[in-house]
Amino acid sequence: MELLLAILVGILYTAGVYMLLRRSIVKFIIGIIFLSNATNLLVFLSAGLTAGSPAFLTGKETDISGYADPLPQALVLTAVVIGLGIVVYLLAVKYRFFSETGSDDLDQLKPTENE
Amino acid sequence: MILHLVIKNYRYIGIMAISGSVLLLVTSILILIRVMKTGIISTVVGGWDAPFGISIVIDPLSALFLLVSAIIVTAISVYSLKFPEGKIYLPKFYFFFYTLILGVNGAFITGDIFNLYVWFEVMLLSSFVLITLGFSKEQLKGGIKYMALNLIGSLFFLAGIGLFYGKTGTLNMAHLGEILMRDDQSILVNSSAMLFFLAFGIKAAVFPLYFWLPASYHTPDITVTSLFAGILTKVGIYAMIRFFTLFFVQDPLFWNEQLFLIAGFTMVMGGMAASAQYETRKILSYHIISQIGYMVMGLAIFTPLGIAGGIFFTLHNMVAKTNTFLVSGLISRMQGTYELKQVGGLFKKSPVLAVLFMIPALALAGIPPLSGFFAKVILIKAGFENGNYVITIIAILTGLLTLYSMIKIWNEAFLKQQPEEAVKREKYTLRFADLFPSVLLAAVTVMMGVFASDVFDITMKAAEYLMNPQIYIESVMGK
Repeated sequence: MELLLAILVGILYTAGVYMLLRRSIVKFIIGIIFLSNATNLLVFLSAGLTAGSPAFLTGKETDISGYADPLPQALVLTAVVIGLGIVVYLLAVKYRFFSETGSDDLDQLKPTENE
Repeated sequence: MILHLVIKNYRYIGIMAISGSVLLLVTSILILIRVMKTGIISTVVGGWDAPFGISIVIDPLSALFLLVSAIIVTAISVYSLKFPEGKIYLPKFYFFFYTLILGVNGAFITGDIFNLYVWFEVMLLSSFVLITLGFSKEQLKGGIKYMALNLIGSLFFLAGIGLFYGKTGTLNMAHLGEILMRDDQSILVNSSAMLFFLAFGIKAAVFPLYFWLPASYHTPDITVTSLFAGILTKVGIYAMIRFFTLFFVQDPLFWNEQLFLIAGFTMVMGGMAASAQYETRKILSYHIISQIGYMVMGLAIFTPLGIAGGIFFTLHNMVAKTNTFLVSGLISRMQGTYELKQVGGLFKKSPVLAVLFMIPALALAGIPPLSGFFAKVILIKAGFENGNYVITIIAILTGLLTLYSMIKIWNEAFLKQQPEEAVKREKYTLRFADLFPSVLLAAVTVMMGVFASDVFDITMKAAEYLMNPQIYIESVMGK
């Protein structure tokens, strides 16, 4: 299972990077979504998978073998929420960009660096 | 007291913002005094003991950064009263301004790497909003570039945290330091270290990763740019200093070589690009990059003196850089443009402004008796003592490039006659709210120069704490 997920992470990273390299902003946003999900999975996998067992919560458990590590789950939860916020904001910016310029292409505008 | 400092502040809006930032300033001064007296302050939030709970740690380094960013916040909260696009943006601006400060201060005081990531995100999201505030075409374009690079940076950061947690099983910085000191699998640690380095490198705009900065920093309003220039990139530097002194210390040879290389290239590339520009904000943006090089150099020398020099330089640079941006904003308020070719004659019109520009500019170029001179002297001395001749000579030569760019702004804006075809504009007189922030920051620059030995003592103490991570580890884990 870990191996499968690891391969999935790899595929997601590849797809994300490919999308980032396109000029369109929508594809850029999709790329960011891919990358952030790949990273979330990576963090989730970092403690190893323990199927079907609860996380130790009270802190008083003596034998930890039957429990899953709760920390990566908490981390991923936080990261997912942050990722959601970022994507929503990016979409809002994209909307403004489109209504200002009527274009989805970053290179349609004059470069900002050296006019 | 500390939580009060970071959480409560962003509720103030409008005029109240100033009292908020003054409060922040006072609190930071108190924290610095207490840290200098009693050593590291640490506490744990959430009812779990370290290393499981999230610890909050303030050592001299954090306290210094808190203080200097509070000074900048005070200056900018006054400066932004004259937000040129009218009052509509003001409440929004202050809201995100203070969330940004919340994120920055959180990043300075946290003792937990995931918590640091969360503060980075708080900071990033509010900086995204600030950089696109107003939604002009240029801003949208610069903003998207800024977002793209910074998002990739924070994903690197998160991936680094994940892998690191998989290897060590902890997220607490002190605990990590303890574990890694006993551990010698430097190859495995280096992979995470590289991910963290990329993340902070993108934030700090070091050599191969700086392209987003000049592409975006000149697009938003000058108030926002000054804020970003003074504080944001330096958070990356802070995180780098913290990580590479506390726990990525197994493989100093490899990392110090890398850091020297990066520091040298960052200085030279930034300095050369700056001298080719003719727009004040672009010159200054490239300058930020050039000076990040010095800070990395301090870290790379990796002796107490070198790190103290790096910290001193960072603190001086935060103040002086913000001030040059503020003054260039004043130039454009008076003459309506940032293009150096279209302004001129300001020395006659406003000698006060000329003096205000001269102080931070000379400080940046390293002319005694201002703060930049002492910062550079310490760095150069540390470099020679440690036998790093090449980087030290590069640093000295880059100082000349800095001087050249500053003289260029000075000549073009202040000395030469205003060109005929310049935009005619109704006369703009500088008011108190325009001048006060620059005066404040200039005063700090001069003070840092005059009391250089005291400042140096404090930074030296901070550096000693950094070079002996044992103290940090004990004060967190001992509780």
